[in-house]
Amino acid sequence: MNYPVKTKTDFKVVGTRVPRPDGVDKVTGRALYGADFSVPGMLIGSVLRSPHAHARIKSIDTSAAEALPGVKAVVTSADFGVPEDDFLRDVQDNCMARGKALYHGHAVAAVAAKDAQTARAALKLIKVDYEVLPHVTDVDAAMAADAPVVQEGRADESVPAGSGPNVTNFHEFGHGDLEAGFARADLVLERSFKTEATHQGYIEPHACLATMSAGRGELWCCTQGQFMVRELCAGIMQMDASQLRVTASEIGGGFGGKTTVFIEPVALALSRKSGRPVKIVMTRDEIFRATGPTISSSMDIKIGMTKDGRITAADAQLRYQGGAFPCQTVSFGAQAAFAAYDLEAVRAQGWNALTNRPKEAAYRAPGAPVAIYAVESVVDELCQELNLDPLDVRLLNAARDGTKASYGPTFDQIGLVATLEAAKAHPHYSAPLGENQGRGLSCGFWFNFGGNTCVSLNLNSDGTVGVTEGNPDIGGSRASISMMAAEELGIPYDKVRTVITDTNSLGHNDVTDGSRVTFAVGMATIKAARAAIEEMCARVAKIWGIDEDAVYWEDGYAKPSGPNAGNFEPMSIAEIAAIASETGGPIAGHHEVNAEGAGVSFGVHLADVEVDPETGATKVVRYTVFQDAGKAVHPDYVEGQMQGGSVQGIGWALNEEYIYGEDGKLQNAGFLDYRVPVASDLPMIDTVILEIPNPGHPYGVRGVGETSIVPPLAALSNAVSRAAGIRLHELPMSPPKILKAMMSKG
Amino acid sequence: MVTVTLWGSLRDLTDGQEVVEVEASNFKELLDALQRDHPALGPQIKRGVSVAIDGRVYRNSWFTEIRPDSEVVLMPYMKGG
Repeated sequence: MNYPVKTKTDFKVVGTRVPRPDGVDKVTGRALYGADFSVPGMLIGSVLRSPHAHARIKSIDTSAAEALPGVKAVVTSADFGVPEDDFLRDVQDNCMARGKALYHGHAVAAVAAKDAQTARAALKLIKVDYEVLPHVTDVDAAMAADAPVVQEGRADESVPAGSGPNVTNFHEFGHGDLEAGFARADLVLERSFKTEATHQGYIEPHACLATMSAGRGELWCCTQGQFMVRELCAGIMQMDASQLRVTASEIGGGFGGKTTVFIEPVALALSRKSGRPVKIVMTRDEIFRATGPTISSSMDIKIGMTKDGRITAADAQLRYQGGAFPCQTVSFGAQAAFAAYDLEAVRAQGWNALTNRPKEAAYRAPGAPVAIYAVESVVDELCQELNLDPLDVRLLNAARDGTKASYGPTFDQIGLVATLEAAKAHPHYSAPLGENQGRGLSCGFWFNFGGNTCVSLNLNSDGTVGVTEGNPDIGGSRASISMMAAEELGIPYDKVRTVITDTNSLGHNDVTDGSRVTFAVGMATIKAARAAIEEMCARVAKIWGIDEDAVYWEDGYAKPSGPNAGNFEPMSIAEIAAIASETGGPIAGHHEVNAEGAGVSFGVHLADVEVDPETGATKVVRYTVFQDAGKAVHPDYVEGQMQGGSVQGIGWALNEEYIYGEDGKLQNAGFLDYRVPVASDLPMIDTVILEIPNPGHPYGVRGVGETSIVPPLAALSNAVSRAAGIRLHELPMSPPKILKAMMSKG
Repeated sequence: MVTVTLWGSLRDLTDGQEVVEVEASNFKELLDALQRDHPALGPQIKRGVSVAIDGRVYRNSWFTEIRPDSEVVLMPYMKGG
C-alpha cells in the first residue's frame, strides 16, 4: 500500500481522551514499582557514604563488617574493574568511589545482609581512613585558578588556555557582529544571575533487585531505560549484554533523573559476591545527596534594544557546575538561551566546572531553564525600562520559519509566533490584577529528539492487537502508543494493549529522554501497524485470488480497491486473524528505526503572582501554559506534561535549592527542608495546546515533556518584579530574599 | 562539496575557520571528512556530535543524505531528560 507522505490530519482515535490503561492499578496500589519486587532468599543491600565533601580514601577495612553474623558480602571499588572508556568509568566511579570521595554522600562501600538492621550495623563496622581535602561547591569559586582541584586532567581540548583547573569544557555559539549590534541599541542592559541546583523530586525512590550467578544476571529496577541500565551495568560488570536481562518496573517519576545508574551495579556486585539476590532501596536522604540534581549556574547577560523593541544584539556568558564529573549540559543552555529570538548578532558562551557535589543528571530540558531564565529576565527588564509591552516585544523579535537559530540551523516549521499570538489573545493576558499582584511571561524552548526504537505489533487470534515496546511509560506512552496503533489499524482503542518489555524481548531502545517516546515509538508503531496491514492485505488478496495491489485497508477492514478488483465482501481484522493459521501463520508487524526528524518545541507561559509585603512570600494566583504539541495524541497527558513541568519550574523559581554549608555538606536533604510545591500551593494550571504539525512525523507529533519546565523561572521572576517593584537576579526567590530586597528598596 | 558551519568554540581547532567545506554526501562521510581534513576535531566527534541538515537535527544516522546545497550545521550531541 502507498501511504501519504503528507502529515495525517484526519483522526478518529488520536486526539481523544481515552481512559489511561494504568490508572486503576495506580490509584488502587496494585501497580508494581521498583521497591515492590521480592524473591526468596533475598538480601538487603545498604551503602556506606562519605561524610566528607572531598577526601582521599587511604584505606578501607571491611573485616569487622564481614565477620558480623548475617552479613553475606561487602564490596568496595576493589570489587570492580577500571573501565577504559571515560564515560563508563565516570558512571562507575560515581556509583562507588575509587581513590577519592568526591562529594558528601559519595558511596565508598556497600553491604549485603540478611536484613536491613544487620546491613546498617555492618556499615558502622567498616573503617575508612580518609585524608580530608579542601573542597569547593560554588561554580564561580570552582573556576578560580587557585580552587581546590576536584579531578586532575579532565579538561578537553575546547578549554581555553589559562582557565582554572576545574574547567572541563567550553562552548560558543552565535553569529553576527555583536559590537555593531550593541552600537545600534538605544538601551543596553547587562545583568548577572545565579541559580541553585534543584532535584527532580520524583516520589519513587531508586530501587532495584539483582541476581548474579554463573555469569548471568537478572535485574529489576525503576528506570527511564532498561536498555541503558543493561548497557552500563554489563560494561561495569564486564559481562556480555546477552547475559544480563533488565526489567523495568512502573516508574514513580523520573524527569531525567533516572537516565543513569546509581545502585544497580552495586547490587549486582553484591549479588555476585554473595551468591544471593540483593535488593537496594535508596532513602530520601540518599536520593538528595547521591543521585543527580541539576546544575547550578552563574550567568552574565547583555542585551541591546531599540526604543521600539527590536533586539539589536545579545550576549550570554554561562558558567555551570554539574558536580564532580564532567558534563556537557552547559552546551545545551548556550544553544537554547536565545533560541526564541530572530537575532542578527548573538553569542552564547558556556563553561562547565567540576565541584564537590553529586554528579548532575538530566532534568527536563537540561541546561535550558536557567539560561532562558536569565535571558527572559533581561528582555523583560528592557521592556520595563522602555515602557514596551513584553508580549509585543517577543512577537517583534520571535524566531519563525526561516529564522537562522542562534545555535546555527535555520528553523523550518515552528510554532512560536502562533503560541505568542494565542497568549496575547487569551483573556488571561488582559485580566485585571489585584493589589500586590503582577503578571510575568516568558518563552521557552527545547530541541526534542528521536533515537533508537524497536516496536513489535502482534495480531491476536481474536483480532485484537498487542504492542510491545521498550521504553518505560513515564508520561502516558502506553495509551498514546495504543492510540496510534488503533488509529492506523482502524480499530477501537480498547482492542489494543501496549506493554513495556524487558531487554531480552526487543532490540535496543534508547533511554526515555529528550521527549522522544511519543514521537519515536509512535513513529515505529505506525510503521509496524502498516507492516501488519500489508501482510493482512496480502493474505486477503490470496483468498480472493486477486493482486495484492487490488486490496486496500480502511477502518479495520481489507477491501477490494474498486469494481475491477472484483465484488468481494470486506474482511475484518478479526476475520483475518481467525484464519491466520490457514493463510500462512501468525500475523505481526515490527519496525526498527533510529528515528530522526523530531521537531523543536516552543512554549509561552503567563504567570500572575501576589507577593506578601510583610513576609516576602509569593503566591501564584493564575497560570496559563501555551505550547505547540505538533499533534496532541492524548490531550489529557499533554496537558499533564504542561502542568507538571510548570509546577516543577515554579518550585525551581520560588523555593527549591540545594543548600551547602561551609563544610561542603548538603544541609537540606529531605522534603521538609527542600520545599517542592504541593497542590495547596497552586492554582489550577490552565493549558492551551497548539498544534503546528511536525513534518518529520506521520501524525505531526512533537515531544511535549520538557519545554514546559523552561518558562516558569523567568515568568515568575518577571511577575514578582511587577508585583513587588523589585528585580531579583538569583533563584530561588524564597521569601527571605524577596523580603530583604523589598526592605532594601524601602 | 558541502559547506559545514561549526559552532564557535571549534574554530580554534580549524585554524580559525567557522565554516569549512568537505566532500560528503551523507552523515558518515561528513564526519569522516571532517576528521580527515581537520584532525583536531577528532576528539569532539568521538565524544559525539549532532548534525543539523536543512534545519532538522540528526544525532547519528550515518546514511542520512546531504545534498551539495544542504544547510549543514555541526552541533554537540543532544541529550534530554
